[in-house]
Amino acid sequence: MPISAEHAIPLTLLVPVLGFLAIWASDKSPNLREAATFITGAVLLGLVLIIFTAVGKGHTPGFILLDVIDGINLEFKVEPLGALFALIASGLWIINSLYSVGYMRGTNEAHQTRFYMSFAIAIASAMGIAFAANLFTLFIFYEVLTLSTFPLVTHKGNDAARRGGRIYLGILMGTSIGLLLPAIAWVYAITGGGEFTPGGILSTHMDEIGPLLPVLLGLFAFGIGKAALMPIHPWLPNAMVAPTPVSAFLHAVAVVKAGVFSVLKIVIYIFGIDLLSATGAATPFMWLAAGSILLSSMIAMNKDNLKARLAYSTVSQLSYVTLGAMLATQMGVLGGAMQIAMHALGKMTLFMCAGAIYVASHKTLISQMRGLGRTMPITFGVFFIGAMSIIGLPPMGGSWPKFFLMAGAADTGQILIIAVLIISSMFNVIYLLSIPVQAFLMEKDDTSSKPKGAGKDIMIDWNNLKEAPFWCIFPPIVTATGTVILFFSAGTLYNYLLPIIRSGL
Amino acid sequence: MNLIEQLPALPIITPLLLAPITILLPKGKISWLYATAISWLIFFFCAMLLHQVYMHGPISYFLGNWAPPLGIEYRVDLANALLLFLISAIGALVFPYSYASIMAEIDERQTPFFYAALLLCMTGLLGVTITGDAFNVFVFLEISSLSTYALVALGARQDRRALTAAFNYLVMGTIGATFFVIGLGLLYQATGTLNMADMQGKLVGLDNRMVQSGFAFIFVGMGLKLAMFPLHLWLPNAYAYAPSSVTAFLAATATKVALYVLIRFFYSIFHAANGIDIGSLFATLQYVVMPVAVIGMFVASLVAVFQDDVKRMLAYSSVAQIGYMLLGLSLGSEAGLSATMVHMFNHALMKGALFMAVGCVVFRLGGHRISHFTGLARRMPWTAGAFIISGLSLVGVPLTVGFVSKWMLLQATFEVGQWIPSFLIVASSLIAVVYVGRIIEIMLRSPDPDNPLPSVKEAPLLMLVPMWILVIANVYLGLQTDLTVDIAKGAAEAFDLVVRGAR
Repeated sequence: MPISAEHAIPLTLLVPVLGFLAIWASDKSPNLREAATFITGAVLLGLVLIIFTAVGKGHTPGFILLDVIDGINLEFKVEPLGALFALIASGLWIINSLYSVGYMRGTNEAHQTRFYMSFAIAIASAMGIAFAANLFTLFIFYEVLTLSTFPLVTHKGNDAARRGGRIYLGILMGTSIGLLLPAIAWVYAITGGGEFTPGGILSTHMDEIGPLLPVLLGLFAFGIGKAALMPIHPWLPNAMVAPTPVSAFLHAVAVVKAGVFSVLKIVIYIFGIDLLSATGAATPFMWLAAGSILLSSMIAMNKDNLKARLAYSTVSQLSYVTLGAMLATQMGVLGGAMQIAMHALGKMTLFMCAGAIYVASHKTLISQMRGLGRTMPITFGVFFIGAMSIIGLPPMGGSWPKFFLMAGAADTGQILIIAVLIISSMFNVIYLLSIPVQAFLMEKDDTSSKPKGAGKDIMIDWNNLKEAPFWCIFPPIVTATGTVILFFSAGTLYNYLLPIIRSGL
Repeated sequence: MNLIEQLPALPIITPLLLAPITILLPKGKISWLYATAISWLIFFFCAMLLHQVYMHGPISYFLGNWAPPLGIEYRVDLANALLLFLISAIGALVFPYSYASIMAEIDERQTPFFYAALLLCMTGLLGVTITGDAFNVFVFLEISSLSTYALVALGARQDRRALTAAFNYLVMGTIGATFFVIGLGLLYQATGTLNMADMQGKLVGLDNRMVQSGFAFIFVGMGLKLAMFPLHLWLPNAYAYAPSSVTAFLAATATKVALYVLIRFFYSIFHAANGIDIGSLFATLQYVVMPVAVIGMFVASLVAVFQDDVKRMLAYSSVAQIGYMLLGLSLGSEAGLSATMVHMFNHALMKGALFMAVGCVVFRLGGHRISHFTGLARRMPWTAGAFIISGLSLVGVPLTVGFVSKWMLLQATFEVGQWIPSFLIVASSLIAVVYVGRIIEIMLRSPDPDNPLPSVKEAPLLMLVPMWILVIANVYLGLQTDLTVDIAKGAAEAFDLVVRGAR
């Protein structure tokens, strides 16, 4: 490779910024503009792959961008978890962009240039979060991500969008400035630095923090609002006012993933698993995450709006990652890390299907989707696969994190947590699988004039399909296939992630 | 005679001699050009001075070669060199900015007087900062204050309320100055000297009632001048009704200079080098300054949220920001002091830019109520952009100077174990999110298709360029903190604090 991993790191930030300028410059010509997005995406993915493989060989490439306040640097250093997150984000961004083009053109949305420009900045900041070498760098890119996604959330520009955007920005900025920033400053004041260090940095400073360790952990757990740990979750359902590609981006590609990634990274590299399991500081947050899993599943069941249901499902699924981190065992952390990858693919699939349904039939309520599977069999088939992965059924990738989390819970003797995981999966079956099942098997409302239960109506009418445009269908097929592939290649992923727990020993 | 040797005197002598000539010049362009040239000359001197001090250490200059304590000493170390640089830099930007803005806002016949007063005001502020003589501080403070009263009153052509605002300011400012001079008198009585360094030496072991009351008078007097909550009542009206460029200049410099005087008195005079506090300094810091700072941060921020007038809103925000500076000062540690000084500098950058942006709006749209900002992002994109960036800096968004300030302040509070104030810092910056966000939202609002706003021209280049220099400084110095943080840290070290008390 002509580019070393060290040089690839700053380029992952620079390339999207160049893409941003190119998109801006080609405002007048949509085709050129979309080409700029895809070229940026392809180059970015290539760069991330270089870094990813280098990390896989055991390197930890680093790069110092700026020395801001003496000793506090904007610095990058890649470890397996960050490399994985970067790969997911940059890979799914391309798919998301394919889908965006189909969706945005299909629904004739306005201000598309601004839309793609915001995406480019958002993906750059996701890269910054993934590769951050210290808390300071992480925080800065975390804030940039919040600000750059704000125009996406408020894209429609009507009162509802403005209201949703205000809640989005208010909660994310409020928690990050009000809780995360003091937590970070606190860590810097105690330790004199916030470098992500294998094994954590706080264990040698216990006499300065002592009984306040759970408080500090709480500041991080709630301060990282993007992880949507209850009760910091309302921004997520409210952000549903955005166009569907934005929802997919928020839920699968970057935003919430950046949140849970940060939680996981801080638990592993700042606190250290050993410190947390020795002090038991994480136990209250483990229960909080468990409660969050169940509660949001229950809320999801009561939502008739498909996107709202998926949003609460995300809140629930994100807490799996937090739970994995707070279990403070090796298996738990690995489970959390895998959940980031698996949930990304699964939820991406579901959101893109929801968008495809909207583009093709303009239906948003689940109760209206009965029988729709007969005219949109591909969409609902793909939805089925995605839902299976989220639930955690083999042969979908989503089954692995659940397995690891249960193993982690068994390690710590938390039998109740295993029960929580099982109950949650059953809830998932109810609220996710019921959608394609109803779509395929039940009668369409508006065809009630026909005799019920007639054999012919059950069949899919292949000659009369009303599917969404190709570019709305193809991307979810890719991600759904991805969930199956990930099931069989979980071993590779496991070995790739192993260093993050091994270095903790 | 070597000019470099006389350098400390030049930033004061030059404008003091040349400013009065301004009123003899023809109105309009010529007097403006003349005053601008002087302001740039002063900036050049101050930059040289900062360079000298940074490279070769503190400079002591005896005015007229009279040795202290009898003669007046100018003493420049990193702390005041940084402030001198700041004042002169803001001055050098405000003068070019003023031309168009002042033409629109005040009577053209008054322009020579305006420029002369602004030059004198700047001279006074520079003098307060540079001098090492306590009584000289009072003299220069009055030079700057008297010209400020006149400058505020010049806003009367736009809004008659400027007259009462100026009169209020005059009364309060005079009370402050009187208190200050009473305090000085008591200290002079106790020590028999007016030279600051000399005074410090003589105060050691002299902790009697007279010294304590002197301390109290100086503290309250300066508290009035720097608009310490709850002595801030003169400030919102004065800032709101003064001509735009005056507000930009004052907000960026005047209160900082008063705060600097307080720092000087606290840490160079009352906090003796051997760590003994005189005049109950530490008790004052902990039980008066810190609570007042924190309450000021909150109350003023909250009041700012409910202002309908953007200039008043920013003025209240200034009161809140002074709270941050006082909080850093009250920690009694090196980190706290350097945070205060960094914030003094950074706040000048953001408030200067913000008030200049408001000035541009006034220039084109004739008012500074919140309704004038509707849809500004489309109507005057450069002005709106400047407002947004410096507004984000005010909130403390990363990659701006505001974040650097806040970060240093947080570090300082955690360092001395004061973690309740640290949470209050972030909580009050959340209130800043609300009041800044409110304006930004209105500026970004898409035009109403049924009722389109008349389009306006962007502000003239002469106003945009100085404003954007400050905006770029907001971002550049947020990334490259050598100038501010390193110098402030060096300056704080020079105060030779013995950390105690606040923990």
